[in-house]
Amino acid sequence: MRKNAYIGLGLLVVLLAIIPSIVPNSYYLDIVIRMCINAVIVLSLNLLVGYAGQISLGHAGFVGMGAYASAVLPTHLGWHPLSAMVAGAACTGLLALIVARPILKLKGHYLAMATLGLGIIINIVIRNEAAWTGGPDGMPVPSMELFGFELMRDIQWYWVVAAVLVASVLGAINLIDSPFGRALRGLHGSEVASQVVGVDVPRYKAAVFVLSAVMASIMGSIMAHYIGFVSPDVANFFHSIELITMVVVGGMASVFGSVVGAVLLTALPQMLATFEGWETVVFGAILMLCMIFLPKGLVPTLAARFTRGS
Amino acid sequence: MALLEVSDLSIHFGNVRAVQNVSFSVDQGIVYSVIGPNGAGKTTLFNLITGIYRPTSGTIRLDGKDIQGRSPDELARRGVARTFQNLQVWMNMSAIENVMVGAHLRLDRSIFKAMLRLPALRRRDCALRAEAAELMAFVGLGDYVGARADSMPYGALKRLEIARALAMQPRMIFLDEPAAGLNPKETQDVDELVRKIAASGITVVLVEHDMKMVMNLSDRILVLDYGKRLAEGTGPEVRQNPEVIAAYLGGHA
Repeated sequence: MRKNAYIGLGLLVVLLAIIPSIVPNSYYLDIVIRMCINAVIVLSLNLLVGYAGQISLGHAGFVGMGAYASAVLPTHLGWHPLSAMVAGAACTGLLALIVARPILKLKGHYLAMATLGLGIIINIVIRNEAAWTGGPDGMPVPSMELFGFELMRDIQWYWVVAAVLVASVLGAINLIDSPFGRALRGLHGSEVASQVVGVDVPRYKAAVFVLSAVMASIMGSIMAHYIGFVSPDVANFFHSIELITMVVVGGMASVFGSVVGAVLLTALPQMLATFEGWETVVFGAILMLCMIFLPKGLVPTLAARFTRGS
Repeated sequence: MALLEVSDLSIHFGNVRAVQNVSFSVDQGIVYSVIGPNGAGKTTLFNLITGIYRPTSGTIRLDGKDIQGRSPDELARRGVARTFQNLQVWMNMSAIENVMVGAHLRLDRSIFKAMLRLPALRRRDCALRAEAAELMAFVGLGDYVGARADSMPYGALKRLEIARALAMQPRMIFLDEPAAGLNPKETQDVDELVRKIAASGITVVLVEHDMKMVMNLSDRILVLDYGKRLAEGTGPEVRQNPEVIAAYLGGHA
């Protein structure tokens, strides 16, 4: 299983290496960068939802916390962007840790509601603290500095996010096939079985929730610096739904499913722009067809078909 | 001193007294069976001892230390393993991974070492996989080492749970109806497996309906009826007890 995953990772590396020389213009490079950022966020969510079986409808809240940490701390307090990113990730992780025990006791729809509420609260705080965040209008984000030089050009950003994506995919592949990762997947299969073999269930749920939140926060920071502007929409409910849709379409409990889901659903709205106002309808129809014909998600369904054929 | 001492154990669910003032003790290294008609409270008793339920009153001692109300994962740390009557197999994993998670407490569970897949962790994982394959062969699942859990038949899954429990290297194992739903040949195999487990020095506590198996295997037997202790003793003692006969034949002797 891990061998196939490493082959997949090799292909991903090759693909990422040649993309800059084949994209026709900066518009496409911009889309690829957004795809990479989304892929890591979706991967973080898939660890929580697909592998550990804990639904979250508030993940965009964590992305928003990272994004606003990177906007607010350098702008108002003059922090270095890198320290702001780390502080944002730490705060997000702390919040996740505090809420993890009470809300991850819940299951199924109840957990979905609780995480939905958490996301909404974060979004409202961002909207209301207008003196700091610019309120509903959003605010500009200072540019990122790495080791003394400013990240300005798209191609520089591209290499940064590509490296982060590769590192995240490698980390995730290793994690799920480790004692920690197997215990995590056990939570999805049967919690009581996990308990009786000695897994401290609340602790593992909290660990994956924090990991997932911290990854989302860091990617929120990166996204904010790359775009140069944040608005509260980054943390809203629709963004959370978009992320969970990417997980489901790509494939639950599939590392490469996360990447494929993020790539497709980032590209789709751009490709559907020709439908002029009806693109959301077409988008919805494609999702429904996906769920009917590929209920396990694209990558697991195709992988099963492929292995059965050989 | 007995390995497990249960005294005056009770649990009430509303007005239902599922287990009432049950006392018994299990010595190290024996096979101890709990029998009784359906609904007698056998599985509830297992759930109490293994920490799934918290008793309303009474004490449970393991090695002389109170363990009532402790969580299942704490009990696992003290060497208590169990299987389930209604299977609790991780269907989202392969068969061998199910057994590997059984060794959870003996492994390095660091999240960062896992992400980096450091050489020590990699070596330990390889050794663990080999160990799990051996355990699968021990319980008679040698043919399923490469299988997915959700593709295995019922009888094999029952044994997979036993292999997972053994991977914990427990001192004590609770088997909840390991032969339920199995054909006579498979039942015979489970009978032999339980003997092998007991011979390896693990104390076995068994809930089982197959009387032939219970009488063959058990050093001592506890009979429950309506949550109460009806009788306790060796096989022949229990078999001749008039109250036990009445409970099983449904009469009022």
